[in-house]
Amino acid sequence: MEPLVQLILLPPLLMAAFNGMMGLFWAPWRTKEGLVGALSTAAVAVPFAVALSLFLGFEHAAVARFFPWLVAGDLAVDFAYRIDELSLLMTLVVTGVGTLIHLYSIGYMHGDGGFWRFFAYLNLFIFAMLNLVLAENLIVLFLGWEGVGLCSYLLIGFWYTDLKNSAAANKAFIVNRIGDFAYLLAMFLIFQTVTAATDGPFGFDFTTLLAPETLALFEGSVGFWVALLLFIGATGKSAQIPLFVWLPDAMAGPTPVSALIHAATMVTSGLYLLARLSALVLLAPGAMAIIAVIGALTALMAATIAITQTDIKRVLAYSTVSQLGFMFLAAGVGAFFVAIFHVMTHAFFKACLFLGSGSVIHSMHHVEHELAHKGIIPDAHGHDPHGHHAESDDSAAKVDAPHPTYATLPYEGPFDAQDMRTMGGLGRYMPVTRWTFLIATLAIAGLPPLAGFFSKDEILLRTFQFAGHVHAGFYLLWGVGIVTAILTAVYMTRAYLLTFEGEPRWPSAMDVKPHESPWTITTPLVVLAGLSVVGGFLGLPHVLGHSWIHGWLVGHEGHVGPVADYPLDPPYVPAGTEWMLLALGAGIAIGGIALAWFGLRFGARGPEADAKVRRGLGWVYAMARRKWLWDEAYDAAVVQPVVRASRDGLAPFDKRVIDGGVDGVGTLVGLASRAVRRVQTGVVQVYALAVVLGVVAVVALLLLV
Amino acid sequence: MLEPFLFAVFAVFALVGALGMLISRSPVASALWMVQTMLAVACLYITLHAGFLGVVQVLVYAGAIMVLFLFVIMLLNLEQMPRLASFSWRKGAAYLLGVAMLAQLLAVVAVRTGAATVTAASVDVEATSVREMGLALLTRHAFTLQIVGVLLLAATIGAVLLAKKRFV
Amino acid sequence: MDITWYLALSAILFTIGVLGVLLRRNVIVIFLSVELMLNAVNLSLVAFSQSFGHVDGQILVFFVMSVAAAEAAVGLAIVIALFRNSLSVNVDEFNLLRG
Repeated sequence: MEPLVQLILLPPLLMAAFNGMMGLFWAPWRTKEGLVGALSTAAVAVPFAVALSLFLGFEHAAVARFFPWLVAGDLAVDFAYRIDELSLLMTLVVTGVGTLIHLYSIGYMHGDGGFWRFFAYLNLFIFAMLNLVLAENLIVLFLGWEGVGLCSYLLIGFWYTDLKNSAAANKAFIVNRIGDFAYLLAMFLIFQTVTAATDGPFGFDFTTLLAPETLALFEGSVGFWVALLLFIGATGKSAQIPLFVWLPDAMAGPTPVSALIHAATMVTSGLYLLARLSALVLLAPGAMAIIAVIGALTALMAATIAITQTDIKRVLAYSTVSQLGFMFLAAGVGAFFVAIFHVMTHAFFKACLFLGSGSVIHSMHHVEHELAHKGIIPDAHGHDPHGHHAESDDSAAKVDAPHPTYATLPYEGPFDAQDMRTMGGLGRYMPVTRWTFLIATLAIAGLPPLAGFFSKDEILLRTFQFAGHVHAGFYLLWGVGIVTAILTAVYMTRAYLLTFEGEPRWPSAMDVKPHESPWTITTPLVVLAGLSVVGGFLGLPHVLGHSWIHGWLVGHEGHVGPVADYPLDPPYVPAGTEWMLLALGAGIAIGGIALAWFGLRFGARGPEADAKVRRGLGWVYAMARRKWLWDEAYDAAVVQPVVRASRDGLAPFDKRVIDGGVDGVGTLVGLASRAVRRVQTGVVQVYALAVVLGVVAVVALLLLV
Repeated sequence: MLEPFLFAVFAVFALVGALGMLISRSPVASALWMVQTMLAVACLYITLHAGFLGVVQVLVYAGAIMVLFLFVIMLLNLEQMPRLASFSWRKGAAYLLGVAMLAQLLAVVAVRTGAATVTAASVDVEATSVREMGLALLTRHAFTLQIVGVLLLAATIGAVLLAKKRFV
Repeated sequence: MDITWYLALSAILFTIGVLGVLLRRNVIVIFLSVELMLNAVNLSLVAFSQSFGHVDGQILVFFVMSVAAAEAAVGLAIVIALFRNSLSVNVDEFNLLRG
């Protein structure tokens, strides 16, 4: 087992190190895009192949122990990894989608000066994420947890010369850190609880932690606090209220980063944590209620914001937050395997959506360069990587063109390749991107029989069921879920329509046309769109057939899987209720899509349809457009006080007290030495006097003692 | 009977000479007072039945070293030193330390135990002096003798070099 | 006779020598004081040699005298060199090693 685990973990790490070293110290390496891209993609494809073989030949869970890591008193942590149903599934998702995104990045990052650095960071991220999902204990998991946070920082701020990107990276890291603090507190609490009751060392390993005797220690308020703290840690990583504010800003990073980290993998870490410790979380119904409520609220809030955004990546970012909210809702009602199911399907269609948006942005950049080249808009970047001759040669063409101006744009300032208000009608120029984006949109909207329908519907079903069995208050959350699903269908269809349908809205659309992206970009789109179509069949609802994923994760007769499930009696709702809910889910999807397409007609009317919505919703729309003022609130409540405290309190303290102290010691020594220096008079007799003084003193001591 | 008396006389001479050296303002006078002390000490050696050393003391110390001192004093043609007007803390400290040191030394001398007295039987003036010393010097302490010889050679060369107008 | 008196005399002469070193400002007189100290020590060495009945004390005195001679020669040569440079033999004026 050990060699196979090494084959999964080591290639990305070694490739990242090798790539990094070569790029740093050997300049020719930085231009070998083909080699760097191929090697880096292989470094993720190999783990995928190994994981696939382990998956196909899976018999029972196994632990690969490498060496003892932290040994101190009652603490004994090993470097150990676990191959079981849950970790294998996550590994497949991470490495599979990861490989596709690596391939995509070869085309997307072509020509970028930091091409090699990008792939080094990507590989490092994959390594950290694999550590996270394959860990056998909470400490190695935390290693991966922090590692993905670091790589997220590095990749968000990849184009670090623009301060905005660095600020976004800082924001992501700092907000994450707050969550990490909660995670640490949870670990301390776990350690204290377990070591107080048992003797012998404890290493946070899952085998011990999830054994019935250990779990029994966590009944009552201890379990509540552990679960709650772990959830707070999860809100940081998985962007829920109150720690979600970093995710929209994280769109400053390159689009493959947004696809891999902020859609498919890192943001699902929180869900993975809860699923892994599901047996523990089930012991704390109070915490579960909080998880469900926050999940539902986040989903709703993010959906309202998504419908007002004009930047295509922002729409997708808030959509991610919203879908994560759905997953936490599932976890909160004890349907952990459903949450993981949605993680999987969401990875497929969200990655497809993000990569598709990347393809669009790529094309719009071309459009921007063409427009600048023709003198229609000012040249904002001053460079022309596509080999067009310099503007001075085109003076003849420019004489006829109008003076370059941004006035023709519907928004202020330079051309924004991500703004949907200057898109439109791209479908006819970018067919592959268009169709894959459409499929993924329909999937996320929940149109049967695409993947999103099955996973989202299962979440709503289990919420409904939980409400009936345990607490009627959960019907409210079910309602919130329904509303959010409607909004999801609407805003995603809106995004598709504004981008691909209708008439082109950028200036001089007659003369400047975009084109489809190369195969390295479109191939992953096709694959992911295909997965979005078939992925849902892994978890069929009870009335339609067997749910493979339920059996895989939770277990079947005679075998208990790693993910616990809330015990409901009877385990399934009556068939009639289930059909009704399925029909409701399908109806919501169709209704939402139709509302956006034919009712509000975003395709035909473009941004004017937005104006109609704005007038209809009034202040609600305005608040949603301004992201419900979360950033402003944090700024006033946290950031400004900290800045003020540092500037007015800590900085003077550091300058005057600390520096003053250190300088003071130096000054003191100087003064002392100036005084002592007076002993050296240079006159020999004084020295002789000193000698005699010493002799008299020593003899006196000898005589008297 | 005779010995204490002789000791007292020569001791007084030695002390007077030392004090004279200490307080004379002229260096020549100091040197001459010093000669007196040395002669007195030579006599004291003789009362201690160290005749050879007594003679050597006169020959070497009084006859060579003091002459050298006087040569140098004359050569440098020094004037009388003016009296130190102020009472510096250095002087006070020196007097204090001197008194303390004297007290300590006398205390040690006074309380030392196992004092052996000079017995007449163990003394033979002629025999213990030159013959014994010669034997000891050339057998037990032969090596040291050679070393001292080298030392004197080095001192001679050094003195010549130092006193030249230019180092060549 | 008991050598205690000799030792006491030696002590007093030694002290006078020390005072001379500490108090006089003329370099040559300081030298003389050092010679006085050496003489005092010689005296006590001879007294002990007599008291214990063997000749080693006197041998040591012999050597001390030789060394004193050598030291006086070299020291006075230094004094001459000093005088040539500064035209003074006042120790207070030789304070170039002042800190």
